[in-house]
Amino acid sequence: MIKNFLIGLVLASFVFMFYNLYITYEPKTELSGIAAHYAEKGGAEVGAANLVTAVVVAYRGFDTLGEVTILFLTASIIGFFLKLSKKDEERVIVHHGTSELLITASQILIPIIFLFGVYVFMNGHLTPGGGFQGGAIIASGVVLSIMANPNREINHHAILWIESISGISFIIIGVLGIAIAGGFLDMRIFGLGKFGDLFSAGAIPVIYSFIGLKVGAEISNILNKYQKSQKES
Amino acid sequence: MNNELIYIILAIGIGVLLIIMAIISILNEKLSIAVIAAGVVSLFASILFLLMSAPDVAMTEAAIGSGLSTLIFFYVLNKIKKYND
Repeated sequence: MIKNFLIGLVLASFVFMFYNLYITYEPKTELSGIAAHYAEKGGAEVGAANLVTAVVVAYRGFDTLGEVTILFLTASIIGFFLKLSKKDEERVIVHHGTSELLITASQILIPIIFLFGVYVFMNGHLTPGGGFQGGAIIASGVVLSIMANPNREINHHAILWIESISGISFIIIGVLGIAIAGGFLDMRIFGLGKFGDLFSAGAIPVIYSFIGLKVGAEISNILNKYQKSQKES
Repeated sequence: MNNELIYIILAIGIGVLLIIMAIISILNEKLSIAVIAAGVVSLFASILFLLMSAPDVAMTEAAIGSGLSTLIFFYVLNKIKKYND
């Protein structure tokens, strides 16, 4: 009884909150403030055709560094909690066999998925998507390969090195910005180039490639830990 | 004008499907069906993001929400089943 009353109270307060939001809401007809600055001058200042990338990597580069750090912390905490003992490490996952369809499809699709992920983060400054999306697509390729062969060993050292080198390079490019251009994580260190080219918008393609590799390695590492946690049966 | 009407009908239809899937994922007795329904909610949400011209968010939602998190849920379900048996 009192439980239902409390649930009703929470719902009523939600209705009150959103009703207040709803009656004061007015759709904006034009951009204002900092959004207008980004939309009008983003192309000239940063040189990225995709304005979302211009904001995420160039104007708000420090936030992106924070996001990458959060993902790194998540991956390391999951790795810490799912660590297996030596005895469990040597076991294999018991499964009822994978279907022939999945195995054949994975052989054809995995290279294409990896290629698409690399395309998405290389072209982050031109087309929708970027480092985080490309990394997630690469990780979904890893998922397919794990599903086709549940006992596949993922090279842990390769993941570790890719992840560390990408993270360090991100910081080094950021620090280079202080020396060459206007400040930490300033993207204009390589020159802006021709608007719309693959090698344009300063360091954005380089940074987004590093972010893509780092995110892909981190999510693959999480998946690898989850896969290994199925061993102890 | 006509284009806009089609767009609105499509958005409302996907929104209704999204809510139906969310209710299925909460109320269904079988956990595996609930997890798949939650993945479908993310898929519909990503289509909605695309309709609202936010392709960057749509890509993230499709890859993380309906791809990776569904898989991780299944790993955990598998683990729980083993302990319950």
